[in-house]
Parts: sequence; structure tokens; C-alpha cells
Amino acid sequence: MTKAQARRQVAAAARRAGGAGGDTPGRRHRTTPLLADLEPAAPPPTADAPLADAPAADVPTADVPPPDAPVTDPGAPQAPQAPQASEASPASEAPQAPKAPAPRVRAARATATRKRPVVRTAAAPSGPASPRVRVGASRRTSGGERLMAVADDAPPTDGPADAPPSGSGDGHGLDRRIAGALAFVRRRLTGDYTVDEFGFDPDLTDNVLLNLFRPLYKRWFRVEVRGIENIPASGGALIVANHGGAVAFDALMTQIAVHDEHPQHRHLRMLGADLVFSTPVLSELARKGGATLAGNADAERLLQGGQLVGVWPEGFKGIGKPFSERYKLQRFGRGGFVSAALRTGTPIIPCAIVGAEETYPIIGDMPAVARVLGLPYAPITPTWPLLGLFGLIPLPSKWLIEFGAPLPTDELGAKAADDPMVVFDLTDQVRQTIQQTLYSLLVQRRSVFF
Amino acid sequence: MGRIVLVAGVSRYLGGRFARRLVAEPGVSRVIGVDVVPPPHDIGEAEFVRADIRNPVIAKVIARAAVDTVVHMNVIATPTSAGGRVSMKEINVIGTMQLLAACQKAPGVQRLVVKSTAGVYGSSPRDPAMFTEETGAKVLPHTGWGKDSVEVEGYVRGFSRRRPDVDVVQLRFANIIGPGIRTALTDYLSLPVLPTVLGFDPRFQLLHEDDSLEALRLATIGDATGVVNVAGDGVLLLSQAARMMGRPTVPVPGATTGAVGQVLRRLGRVDFTGEQLRFLSYGRVVDTTRMRTVLGFEPRYTTREAFSDFVRGRRLFGPLSADLVEQLERLALAGVGRVRSMAGSDG
Repeated sequence: MTKAQARRQVAAAARRAGGAGGDTPGRRHRTTPLLADLEPAAPPPTADAPLADAPAADVPTADVPPPDAPVTDPGAPQAPQAPQASEASPASEAPQAPKAPAPRVRAARATATRKRPVVRTAAAPSGPASPRVRVGASRRTSGGERLMAVADDAPPTDGPADAPPSGSGDGHGLDRRIAGALAFVRRRLTGDYTVDEFGFDPDLTDNVLLNLFRPLYKRWFRVEVRGIENIPASGGALIVANHGGAVAFDALMTQIAVHDEHPQHRHLRMLGADLVFSTPVLSELARKGGATLAGNADAERLLQGGQLVGVWPEGFKGIGKPFSERYKLQRFGRGGFVSAALRTGTPIIPCAIVGAEETYPIIGDMPAVARVLGLPYAPITPTWPLLGLFGLIPLPSKWLIEFGAPLPTDELGAKAADDPMVVFDLTDQVRQTIQQTLYSLLVQRRSVFF
Repeated sequence: MGRIVLVAGVSRYLGGRFARRLVAEPGVSRVIGVDVVPPPHDIGEAEFVRADIRNPVIAKVIARAAVDTVVHMNVIATPTSAGGRVSMKEINVIGTMQLLAACQKAPGVQRLVVKSTAGVYGSSPRDPAMFTEETGAKVLPHTGWGKDSVEVEGYVRGFSRRRPDVDVVQLRFANIIGPGIRTALTDYLSLPVLPTVLGFDPRFQLLHEDDSLEALRLATIGDATGVVNVAGDGVLLLSQAARMMGRPTVPVPGATTGAVGQVLRRLGRVDFTGEQLRFLSYGRVVDTTRMRTVLGFEPRYTTREAFSDFVRGRRLFGPLSADLVEQLERLALAGVGRVRSMAGSDG
């Protein structure tokens, strides 16, 4: 696909998504040159050249240079000065600690459309690799030999993860499940479980809360996940996603996606608005499910503790926006999430969620009702409040969730968090990445419901 | 020649135990306990001086005994123990002002230890999950002990500005619990059926009473200064605590909690103020990094262990004990096994 074609397609998607001309290709690359200088790993907006984040020290192919040699990529012109700056420190550690998250090598990126990397493989450190394929040591320790090729228009990586071993087979499985269920009930009745300082209750989350919403995830929204390999196996990372659809189902679905699809079954710790924590029942369930108050104190504490944190910076502006503005990112707050990532040196993982906006198409608002109830908005959808409680059933839209390549923040340093320019630029970059990924996902989705 | 320590509030449970403990401390040569009523319990070798900290007489006590360390433990938490909210407020606020004024006049005073509470952070849905010493309360406590403690801390800060040569340390304790101490929280947890706020399950930390004495001891003889949060490791949820005791909970809808609290207060069972209700809704957890780095204190009991010790010490076992639940589980497992073996022989 040529650049021009892709551009036309994206523009069409933008129109289809109700986007005004605001994000036409001309204005899309607003990422400032300042950022490109400061942050070597960020893909420069115009460079079509493959960009090596850092070479993996133990990859045998000629494609990736040895750690100490300057980057020599015969296939493409070189990105100026940036890669060398970033490669020195991780490369020196890589040989001693092969299990540590190894630096990735990122494939060429068609930045005009911001499509997913053409080919990305995670090969075992000693495994052979063809010279045409970019190879990096896997971030995950267990999935070293698992090949993960994501072609441009290939079907999605893989379906939802299998359910825990179903006990339909032999009786032992059933016995074990009954014993497990009874043990769970016993733990709950005797208070024999631990919650962390944020009120997160992994026992309840794994055994009850996630199971409650998994049918919605698998059968109703049929969520397809892409780029799960962009989420590190361990350590802190900040997932930043778009918000939509009146009720924050997207947060729940992302939590299940991360837990079920990720090989380490990590828990996503979500940051929620204070309204969540002042609402009875919701507050209790949110804390037990791993959410905490959106604020720098909590975000930094979680990231410092090596947790995976999810944030929806659009907040109520995002989920309360009318259907006509679907998939148009709203303002990204004050960039608090970026400063939290900068202060803790954790990577930012942009995440695009398609499907949430169609669950409850907001065609109107009832501001008077909202004021009385103390809510930020009181939506009217085609079925709510017209059909009464039936209107609360979300439409079964088809969902795609894509986790983008992580934007490292550690080389900017913690001091950058106090530099509003850097914070705004990085916020903008994250926002643009999500917006572009949204458009490209919309192009790929066959229809709203399939 | 060791330190001469004045303990204000010595006739109360913790004050008395602390005075007794200080006497045994090698670096302390003399302990003077001050309170309005004689201590109901043994305070050992410590000398008791009957004086009201609301009265300027306290300055004479400090001057005559050449006190160099003052431990202020006389901020009262519950109106019932002070004989009403009015006198509680007077003891807390006016008493602190007088005591600090006396300390300011006494050139010999080198160290001031104030027993404060994590209640100064309040409880609200807008607060971060953990309070550090620098975190300001989003919603200041506006009743009772929390409000008084905020004012007391304000006066202490003022004092440390006027007397920069005095080392001031303020310990913000999480809820202190144990077999002996009686607080609003222990009263509440002793109810046979625990009323909770519907839809909320607060997180809280506890500190064992022995640990609180050890923290006070370190603050008195050590050289830590500033504000330090003190709490046991880990957190408990209220529902979890109730289940550990095997006691039933009754969720009360938020709108009626005030009325229910008042009824319970009338019955003289529990001190249910607005502050307490907010705590039972949103909970409170403090960061204890400074407790380790500045105070050098490591609690012996975690929150869970402190709570278990409290439950054991008070024999607060409800109908649904852990043993009973375990027996039920075994019974259920055996029953399932029998049903399945029968089904298996049929098929």
C-alpha cells in the first residue's frame, strides 16, 4: 500500500468515525522536533527507515550490529545520532542478564498510516533468523521461542486465551474445581486473604470479578487483542488508552485483555475518577478489582512498585461525548500521567480501543438530570431511557484492542517531569499515536458488529 | 545523669504503661507523670504530679523538676472519656496551648514528643491511597479528635518555629489496638453485630499497643525529628476483619448511617461521630517509609497480627469461627465425594 493510498484510507476512516477535518494528515505529525531530539526511541514522524531502539547483543544475524559497533543498516538510511545514544547502556547489560527485559528492535513503521510493525518476531536468543526479519530477544522469558508474526493484513494474533482447564474431561478436574471453590469460600468466610494498600484483592478479582465480565469479553464484544507483546513481562508500565461509550466498559475489557492474553497474566491497575470512589458498591468493587484514584501520588506509587497501570486520560469528557464524535480523542487532561511515567522512568504504552463507542451510542444528554444526580452527564441512547432497563444492555459491537510500541521515558530523566514542554510534547505524541491507531483499526474493522 | 521526662496524660492507659516503661530505660533518670486524676493503674517508679495541663501550674512543674523532655500524650480521642465534647476540646486544644507555652518558657526543654493521630489526614474518596507525611488532607476532619489533632499539630508547628533549638517529633499513629487499650474502634469492633456503611469496605491499618509504646520510646530517647507516620504493615478491610472474628455485618444505607450512629451512641455502646463514619466508609492508609528511615522503628506486629491479638485478648469470637468454617468445608467435600462416588457407581 502506498503512502498516498494509506493516507486516503485514513482520512476516509476519520470521516466515517465522525471526525471533522481536525486531524487531517497535514496536521497529524505535530510531534515537535524537540521531542525527536530528546527521545531517540520515539519514531521520528517522517523517517521511513527502520529504527533500532537498541541492538540485542546475542542476535547472530548481520541485520543487527554488535553492541559496540555503530549502527550499520545496509537496507536503509540511518536515523541520525539517536540510536547510538540509546544503545550504549542496555547493550552492556544484555549479555550478563539474558532474562532481563531485553531491548527490542523495532521494525520499520509505515508512519503515514501508523500501521503495526510489518514483521515482528521474538526469537530464542540462539535461534536462527532470516536476514529479512528483524529479530530481538524476547521480553518474555517463557515465550522465547514463540514466534509472533503480525503481518499487515493477517488475521489477528490469536483468539482469546483458553479458559482455565475445563473439567469436562475426567472426574479429577471436577473434584479439584469443587475443592478449589470450597477453599475459596472458606478463605472468604474466614478473612484469609490479603489486600494491598490500595485495597486490591487478587483472590476476589481472579476468582469472581474477572469471571463476571469474561462472557461479555468473549461472547458479547468478541474482543480481539493485538500487540500484547508490547506489554513487558514484569516491571512498571503505563498503558494509556482512549475512552468511550457512556459506561467505562473499555477499562474492564482492557483489564481482562491484559490478564487473559498476556503470558504472565498481569493485573492491570486502573486509575479511576473520584466519582467512582464516592459511589457506594462501585467504590468497593473498584478498589478490590485493583483500581485506585487517578492522581500522581497513586500512579507513581503503583509504577514504582512495578505495577502495570492503566489510565484513560480523557476521563468523563471521553465516555460522555456524543456518538457523532466517536473515536475523536478529547483533551488529555493536564498530562499528569506523563509526568508520573517520567518521574518513575516507566514506559508509556499507547492503547487504542475500538468498539466501546458503539456499546451505548450517546445521542443526547440530560443535563438537568445529571445535575440532580450529581453525575457528569446523563446520556440518552437510542434505547435508553426509551426501553427502560433493556436500554442498559450494551450493543454487541465488535472490539479491537491494540497495544502500541512502548515509549521509553527513562532516558529523559525524572527532571523532565517538571519541564512542561517535554510533558506536553510527550502527551501530544501519545495522543497522536492513539488517534492514528484508532483510525487504522477502524479501517480494518469490517463492520461495527462483526 | 539521664533525661528527665515529663509525661502528660499519665493516668490514661497508654500514658501509664509508657511511664512505667520509661522508668526502666537506662538513659532516663526520672519520669514525672502529670494528669488531672491519679492513675488508676500502677505507674511503677514514675512520680505522679497532679496538675492540669490547662493550668499555668504546669510551667512550675517543668521548671522545678528541670525537665528536658516532654511527651505530650494528653490529646483525648473520645468525648465519653473526657466528660463531653466541650471539655474534650478544652483539654485537647487549651491544654496543648498551655503545655507548649510552659515548654517555651523553660530553657531546659530540649525535646518534645507529641502523640498525634493519622486522623489528621481525614478520610475522603478524593484522597490518595496512602498518605505520606507531606500529603495534606483533601477534606480536613471537621469534628472531634481529628479536628482537635489538626489544631494541636498547628500549635506544635508554631512552637517549633519559636523554639528552633527544641527537637520536635510528632508521631501520627494509625488506630492503636490490642488486648488492653480501649478506643472508639475497639468499642466498635466489640459490637456483636457490626453495622457497616452499605457499599463501602474501608481499608485500615492497625498498630499494636506494644508497638505504639516502642515507637514512643524511640521518639523519646532517639534523635528523630519531624512528623512520622506509625502503623503496622499491611492493611485489612473491614469486611475481612469482621470475618476474621466470625461476626456478622449489617450494611446500613449511607443516608441513614448518621441516625444509626446516633442511636448506638445513645445506647452508650459506641462513639459514632461523623469522622468515625467517614473512616468506616473510605478508610485510611498511611505510608510508613519515614517510620523506618527517620525513627528507625520496625513494628513487631503486622496489622493482621495486631488484630488477631486483639481478638484473642478480648475473646471476641463470633458464631462463625474459622474452625467451624473449616469443619463445614470438610463436610461439604466429603458430601460431594459421596455423591460423586454414588453417581460413578450408577453410571
